[in-house]
Amino acid sequence: MTHAEASAAAPILEVQDIGKTYGSILALQGVSASVGVGEVLCVLGDNGAGKSTFIKILSGAHAHTQGKLLAYGIERTFGSPREALDLGIATVYQDLAVVPLMPVWRNFFLGSEVTRGFGPFSQLDVKGMRRITKEELAKMGIDLRDVDQPIGTLSGGERQSVAIARAVYFGAKVVILDEPTSALGVKQAGVVLKYIAQARDRGLGVVFITHNPHHAYPVGDRFLLLKRGTSLGDFKKSEITIEEMTKLMAGGAELDALAHELARS
Amino acid sequence: MTLTAPAVTDERIKPAGLIITLLRRPEVGAAVAALAIFIFFSVSTQAFLTPAGVATWLYSASLFGIMAVAVALLMIGGEFDLSAGAMVGTTGLIVGIVTTEWGVNIWLALVMALAIALAIGAANAFVVMKTGLPSFIVTLATFFILQGVNLAVTKIITGTVSIQGMSAVPGFDAVKVFFGSSFSLFGMDVKISIVWWLAITALATWILLRTRAGNWIFAVGGQITSSRQVGVPVMKVKMGLFMTTAGAGWLVGMLQLFDVSTVQATTGIGQEFIYIICAVVGGCLLTGGYGSAIGAALGALIYGMTLQGIVFAQWDNNWLKAFLGGMLLLAVLVNLYVRRQAGVRS
Repeated sequence: MTHAEASAAAPILEVQDIGKTYGSILALQGVSASVGVGEVLCVLGDNGAGKSTFIKILSGAHAHTQGKLLAYGIERTFGSPREALDLGIATVYQDLAVVPLMPVWRNFFLGSEVTRGFGPFSQLDVKGMRRITKEELAKMGIDLRDVDQPIGTLSGGERQSVAIARAVYFGAKVVILDEPTSALGVKQAGVVLKYIAQARDRGLGVVFITHNPHHAYPVGDRFLLLKRGTSLGDFKKSEITIEEMTKLMAGGAELDALAHELARS
Repeated sequence: MTLTAPAVTDERIKPAGLIITLLRRPEVGAAVAALAIFIFFSVSTQAFLTPAGVATWLYSASLFGIMAVAVALLMIGGEFDLSAGAMVGTTGLIVGIVTTEWGVNIWLALVMALAIALAIGAANAFVVMKTGLPSFIVTLATFFILQGVNLAVTKIITGTVSIQGMSAVPGFDAVKVFFGSSFSLFGMDVKISIVWWLAITALATWILLRTRAGNWIFAVGGQITSSRQVGVPVMKVKMGLFMTTAGAGWLVGMLQLFDVSTVQATTGIGQEFIYIICAVVGGCLLTGGYGSAIGAALGALIYGMTLQGIVFAQWDNNWLKAFLGGMLLLAVLVNLYVRRQAGVRS
């Protein structure tokens, strides 16, 4: 692998002063951050802060126009999501790319089915795929008794973690999670956070995009705060408190002004 | 913040009971109904259980069954084909006309008819996939085109609306071995179409449940965007499905042509909905992504048994349509119930 020649300490994925323009529109500029082995990078920002643009650059959907993107210490420009995927950078989008009516194991292997036999006689290795699905989910801490149940019967959090487990099994080193908790209730969001921690403990890098500091803070190691297309800073956990983070995101002064406005006279 | 998943408070899923596990199989409802109808006509009529009787309703069921299985695959893949019935007529007429009128070699005529059928199937798929129009509309257009062409072209060339003199064509008897022969089994005169039906049902079931193609058929019908995201070749799958349905139309066209040695220009018209009904009775969802080939075969069996059972019971034949409607409604309700029991959200 190409990354072997790079320094072992180099983060899996790093961006330096990265930016993206769409025509005359500056969608993102001057953002620096990194994610290493067993690290969780939380990307926080309000609507329109540039979170989606940031993911698109990392996942290979759009190429960046400024700055540098380094994978394993080597500079790259992704031309397609496939290129990112080949380097082990997998993105789990909000819709999860699952087919609700299909069994869990069929969803797990959809598009990358394991077959045995030759040519027209090759058939699915059903037993093997069932077993692998069960094992991989167990590693994520999900104990399904029946991998034959339609994936639509799983809770939102579980479906999310099946998608993460699938990405990991197919070679992901970094998993980018696009707002995995935003559509979930408090309890389910907690389940997903647990799985994020699990993935981190297994040595994966996780990029966790969210607008909720309360979801990000407990699980994150580093926090990238975005606002109106620029970075407010890349903080280590020790450098920032949850209150400061919330304030920064909302724009501290603006929030103070709002509080003043809303206060009873 | 709102709770989006209020039904499940436990992180773990309750273990599915035996009944629910059984209900997850789409064909269970059709199997129960087929058994009930079998018992009903066996008890209430004399002729139904005789060897001749059984051979009659099995033959009936086989012709519908071959199409129903193909249509079921297509429906699982999320599409309809209303031109499937007319295709049976089109292929029969092509072979009939080019051999009797123009003296084309019969084997060549078979290949020609198949090639044209597959091309029409591919054209259906191409228009549906490129435009994003519902296949219901696109194939409705194909249906009317074929229906009109079948009648008009047959009239221009032969001067009538049916093909005569088919059995005098050189090589007819050799081809009949594959499409129009029969053999004796347990005192029954079993038509070869029944063998085709069973073989196609078995093959379709294997493809659906045990091959990558089958996995993809369920996926493109269940959630097309997800399928694309994980790299399923959506266009290829749909193209294959439409061509399979057209190919099945060709097969049934040949089975009918070589059984009765003639074909009417109106053959197959009005049967497209029966294929769909058989598939739905067999557990296919109209929305795609769910169903079974065995179920569709059972749906056709139900139809075949009822069609002939009503004749044996000497009832007014019009009851068949009423029965068909009732059966369809029941099947849709059962499907709905099953889906809720299986607990599939969204």
